[in-house]
Amino acid sequence: MTGALALGSTLDLLAYSPPGWGANLLRGLWNSVLIALGAFGLGLVIGTAGAYGKLYGGPVTRDLLAVYTTVVRAVPELVLILILYFAVTDVVNQLLVAWGQSRIQISGVAAGITVLGVVQGAYATEVLRGAILAVPAGQIEAARAMGMPPFLLARRITLPAMLSFAIPGLANLWLVATKDTALLAVVGFGELTQETRQAAGTTKAFFTFFLAAGVLYLALSLVSGVIFGRIEKWARRGQPNVGGSGR
Amino acid sequence: MPATARQPASHPRPEAIRIEGLRKSFGPLEVLKGVSLRACEGDVVAIIGGSGSGKSTMLRCINFLETPSSGRIVIGGEEIALRADGTPASRKQIEKARQSLGMVFQQFNLWTHKTILENLIEVPVHVLGTPKADAVARARKLLARVGLAEKESAYPAFLSGGQQQRAAIARALAIEPRAMLFDEPTSALDPELVGEVLGVIRDLAAEGRTMILVTHEMKFAREVASHVIYLHNGVVEEEGPPDALFGSPKSDRLKQFLKSVA
Repeated sequence: MTGALALGSTLDLLAYSPPGWGANLLRGLWNSVLIALGAFGLGLVIGTAGAYGKLYGGPVTRDLLAVYTTVVRAVPELVLILILYFAVTDVVNQLLVAWGQSRIQISGVAAGITVLGVVQGAYATEVLRGAILAVPAGQIEAARAMGMPPFLLARRITLPAMLSFAIPGLANLWLVATKDTALLAVVGFGELTQETRQAAGTTKAFFTFFLAAGVLYLALSLVSGVIFGRIEKWARRGQPNVGGSGR
Repeated sequence: MPATARQPASHPRPEAIRIEGLRKSFGPLEVLKGVSLRACEGDVVAIIGGSGSGKSTMLRCINFLETPSSGRIVIGGEEIALRADGTPASRKQIEKARQSLGMVFQQFNLWTHKTILENLIEVPVHVLGTPKADAVARARKLLARVGLAEKESAYPAFLSGGQQQRAAIARALAIEPRAMLFDEPTSALDPELVGEVLGVIRDLAAEGRTMILVTHEMKFAREVASHVIYLHNGVVEEEGPPDALFGSPKSDRLKQFLKSVA
């Protein structure tokens, strides 16, 4: 009897329309996914450039990239987020003021994507560098031997060929990205964890809301797993199966 | 079976590849100490020699997979401009030269993420700008020629070594090269698969293709080559028509070498 009552009130709390908080949680999830996608994408761009820079760049490029990957991977993400979020906002505004413009409020989404993208980029640099090194040198040499210019060679041969080696690492990075969005709660951005905190704080139904948030994170992770499984299967299309893929 | 070894024709043919005084060092080790080679169109030049003689390096210098330390390289009458340290002065010129040279590797080096047909049309379509339909039609003809018409949708990893090497030869032919470069094309193959690959190369020689061939197959070199170069320790120890070189070698080193591989 009381159980049924409790269940009923729990469902009311999670209902989509007010006074339920379901819409808030889903909006938070949407923001989390948006930031994770943006950060992951930015991370891939930085990572690809970083991996090529580390492999083929000059000594100065390589040193700078080594500093980048070392520092970013050494400092806790939370600290980086606080530094980058407040420092970057501050620097941008000081520049704007110096140029006689008015201060701006940096959007939470843009800041979140930038900050997490820079973090993702450092890890992606190493994942992609390893994957590029795993491509048999002969395949790259064959393309060079037929006169393929470097950029085309990267796009047509090296990057597609390294994908199968990179996917497991990149899938990890994506999951880290989805969960790192929770750290943006500390700067007050309305992603899933922040929305959950608000709902739980207002209603005092902590268990209900954090459990619901956990389920949403889990669902996101499961869907991601299916998608990455398909991408990996496609990336490995030319390779004989040697006893099952990662998923 | 008609002998495919040909004597140099009496009328002059255009020169395809010439290297002069080529030197190459890896660190303190000098592996090529001033070697030269000249191939006119239709010539089949075989480079033989023991392990570490520099024969593969010599071949790889022709299309700059190895950067020579010094020397001259002329492809189709055009000399490749080199800086003082031997590195090519113009990437574009190297790329153009490479597009006229079909290279076949010991390890096949097919692109594993592409089907056999995709391997054949990749460079024609994306580098040379051949319309895709034309490239596909030509690729199918080449695959039929090397006996792989059935395999065009297969990925390289699902083919035998001999099939992969025949596909790699077709891929090199697909760029319609001025000359073919073979770097020990049968060394990575199981003995029973060597014959099918040599058969394809023999046909190419018979149709008058210009080829430079680094090989351990002495019988084959004697049969298809118009000119044989014996390298030892980075120098051309002896060269000449195959029958002279294999039939009556002059230098002791070549005699010894031929005895050791017989």
